[in-house]
Amino acid sequence: MSKQLLLGAEAVAQGAIDAGISGVYAYPGTPSTEITAYIQLSEEGKAGKIRSTWSANEKTAYEAALGMSYAGKRALVCMKHVGLNVAADAFINSAITGVNGGMVVTVADDPSMHSSQNEQDTRVYGKFAMVPVCEPANQQELYNSIFYAFNLSEEIKLPVIVRITTRLSHSRSGVQQVEKQTAQNELSPEVDGKKFVLLPGIARKRYDNLVNIQPNLENFSEKSPLNKLIEGGSNNVGVIAFGIAYNYTMEVREKYNLDFSVLKIGQYPLPRKMINDFFDANKQILIAEEGYPVYEELMRGYFNNNKIKGRLDNTLPRTGELDVDSIAKALGVELEESTAVPSIVAMRPPALCKGCGHQDVFQAMNMVLNETSKHVFSDIGCYTLGALPPYNAISSCVDMGASVTMAKGASDAGLRPAVAVIGDSTFTHSGITGLLDAVNDKSPLTLIISDNDTTAMTGGQDSSGTGKIGQICMGIGVEKEHIRMIVPLKNNLEENVKIMKEEFEYEGVSVIIANRECIQTAIKKRRVK
Amino acid sequence: MQKNIIIAGVGGQGILSIAAIIDWAALEMGLNIKQAEVHGMSQRGGAVQSHLRISDQEIFSDLIPLNGADIIISVEPMEALRYLPFLSKEGQVVTATDEFKNIGNYPHSEGLITEIKKIKNHVLVDIKTITCEIGNHKAGNILMLGASAPYLGIDVELLKRGIRTLFERKGEEIVNSNIKAFEKGMEISSAIKQ
Ligand SMILES: Cc1ncc(C[n+]2csc(CCOP(=O)(O)OP(=O)(O)O)c2C)c(N)n1
Repeated sequence: MSKQLLLGAEAVAQGAIDAGISGVYAYPGTPSTEITAYIQLSEEGKAGKIRSTWSANEKTAYEAALGMSYAGKRALVCMKHVGLNVAADAFINSAITGVNGGMVVTVADDPSMHSSQNEQDTRVYGKFAMVPVCEPANQQELYNSIFYAFNLSEEIKLPVIVRITTRLSHSRSGVQQVEKQTAQNELSPEVDGKKFVLLPGIARKRYDNLVNIQPNLENFSEKSPLNKLIEGGSNNVGVIAFGIAYNYTMEVREKYNLDFSVLKIGQYPLPRKMINDFFDANKQILIAEEGYPVYEELMRGYFNNNKIKGRLDNTLPRTGELDVDSIAKALGVELEESTAVPSIVAMRPPALCKGCGHQDVFQAMNMVLNETSKHVFSDIGCYTLGALPPYNAISSCVDMGASVTMAKGASDAGLRPAVAVIGDSTFTHSGITGLLDAVNDKSPLTLIISDNDTTAMTGGQDSSGTGKIGQICMGIGVEKEHIRMIVPLKNNLEENVKIMKEEFEYEGVSVIIANRECIQTAIKKRRVK
Repeated sequence: MQKNIIIAGVGGQGILSIAAIIDWAALEMGLNIKQAEVHGMSQRGGAVQSHLRISDQEIFSDLIPLNGADIIISVEPMEALRYLPFLSKEGQVVTATDEFKNIGNYPHSEGLITEIKKIKNHVLVDIKTITCEIGNHKAGNILMLGASAPYLGIDVELLKRGIRTLFERKGEEIVNSNIKAFEKGMEISSAIKQ
C-alpha cells in the first residue's frame, strides 16, 4: 500500500481501525474531533463493525469504552484535554481496576489555546493515575504507537494514554499503513469476579498492584521505540526533547549545523537509566516540553539544579507552543530579524455566521436586559462569541454546563433576573443535572437553551438531545407553562422579547428553548441536494 | 528540493483546496509533505492559514520558522500581510486583491495595497474580474494556485492533473473552467516574472 496523507487525528483513527478496535467512544472537542469523525466515515464504521456514534459527554464515553474493555474487546476513547477533567473520576479509578481488552485513551492538548479555555497538560494526568503515556512526535510514529499502545495495554492490563497536541493532530503527513489489519478480539469478559469492584478491601489490593508494577512500566519505557538517543559530537549542552519538541529540536540541529546530543522522549514514566546517562554525558541540559514544564520541574527539583535550563527559568517561553525559533534562541542561536506585521493589519477574530440563530437570541435578550442590570451566565459553544461586539451579551464561560449552575448560585445570592444561556449539546453534556438542582431548590432562574440541533462549534456533529430538549426539561420537573418554545428569527423579535420578559420576571425555574437549525447545517444540506 | 508555503485566508474561504492540489502533485513526485492546518474556532470567519512544507529530505517541524517561507499565497489582501514575519527576504507573495470585510475596523484598500507593494516580490490578482470572465465564480482558489505555480517548483502538468482529480466528480465543465482559471493565473505571474 502506498503512503496516505493523513492528519495526526486521522492517523490515530486509522491506527485504531487497523489495530482491531471494536468501538470508539468520544464527545467532540478540538483538536480531537477528527479521530472519531474519520472512523464514522470509514468502511468499518459505516458497516457498523466498529461502533462510533457520539457520546453525550466524555465521562459517558470513557465508561462505555471501559465496559467494552472489561468485556474483552479493544476500545478507543478520545477527547480534548479538558474532556479528561470531565472523565477524570472514571479515568483515575480505571487505573486502579485495570482493564481487560486493550484500552487506549487519546487526549488532544491545545498548547497556546487555539480553541480552548486553557492549555492543561495531559501528561500530569498520566502521572496522577500512574499509567503509561505515549507522546509520539510525527504522524507515522503516531499511527505506529496506536498499535503499540493497544498491545501494551493488554500486556500490563492498564489503560494507556496517547497524548497528542493541536500541531500534530491538525497537520498532515505521509503515513504508511500496515498490510493486514488485526482481527477484533472475541467477547471474553473478565473472569475474576471481584477484580473490578473497588470496595476498600479490594481497592487497596488493586492499588498495591498498580504501585508495584511501576518499575515494570519504567522498563517498558527504557525499551520503547518512542524513546531514543541521537548522539552528537559536543557535550556542552544536551537537549531532552519531549513529544513534538523533538521535531523543532532536530530542525534547529540541521538548520544551524549544530552537533548537540538529543534525548527524544515519547513514552512515560521516564526511562530513568536513559535520563541518568544523558545527564552524566552533558554539561548542561535544555529541557524542551510541549506543554507544562512537568518533567523540568521534577528534574530541577526543589533545590533548583542549575545544570538545567527550560521553561521555568525562561530560557524557553513559560507558556504556549514551542517552535523552531524558540528552541534555536534557547540554544544561543542569533536569529535573523524578521519583518514585522504592518500596523494596518487588523485582528480578525472568529464571529457568528451570517444568519445564525444565536444572533437573534442575543438581540432579543439584550433588548430585555438592557433595562436591568446585566450579568448573563453562559457556556461553551458558538454562542460564546456572543461575548464579543456587537452583542456583548454574556458575562461568563468557564466549563461545559456551568451556565445553569452558576446562574443558580447567583440566584441563591439574590441576583434577579438570573439568566443562563446554553447550547443544546452543552445542555445534554452536563447541563441537565444542574437544572435538576435548580428545580429541586426552586431557585428562580431562566435558562435559555439556544438549540441549533447540532454541535456547531466543533463542526456540526450530531447532538444527543435533538428533538428531546423540551421533554428532558419537563422530565426533571420544570413546569410545563414555563417551558417556552421560540423560533429565533427577525420576524419574531417582538414576540420573543415579550416571552423573555415574562420568564425573566417569573420567580421560579423557567426554560426558553430557542430552536432554529444551524445555518451551516442548512447550507450543507442544500449542497447535498 | 525544499519549499515552504503559507496559504492564507479567512475561515470558510476554502484555502485547503489549494493545499490539496499541491499535496497531490508533491506526492506524485515522491516528495515528503507536512501540512499544518487550522481547525476549530477560527474556521468561523477568523484568520486562517496553512503551513505547507514539501521536501526531498525529512521534514521535522510542522510549522515554518520565521523568515522561512518561500511563498505566501493569500486569497485576501490583508491576510497576506499578517504572515510577513514568516516570509524569507527573497520570498514571493501572491495575493488576491479581493477584500473580505467581516470586521468593523477593516483598513482602507489603498493602505493595504501600499503595504503589499512594499514587498520586494509580489503578484496581485483580481479574482472577481477574472473568474467572472471565465464564468466560474468559485474558481478563485485555483486561479490563485495558477498565479503561484511558477514559484512552487512543481511540474505544472502535475498540478493540472491534481485539479482534474479534485474536481473530476463535479463534471467536465467544472474541471475545464478550473483549468482555465489555473492557466489564467499562470499567465498573470509569467507576465510579471519577465
Ligand atoms: C469538556 C469539554 N468538552 C468539549 C469541549 C469542546 N466544545 C466546545 S463547545 C462544544 C459544543 C457546543 O455545542 P452546543 O452547546 O450545541 O453549541 P453550538 O456550538 O452548537 O452553538 C464543544 C464540543 C469543551 N470545551 N469542553
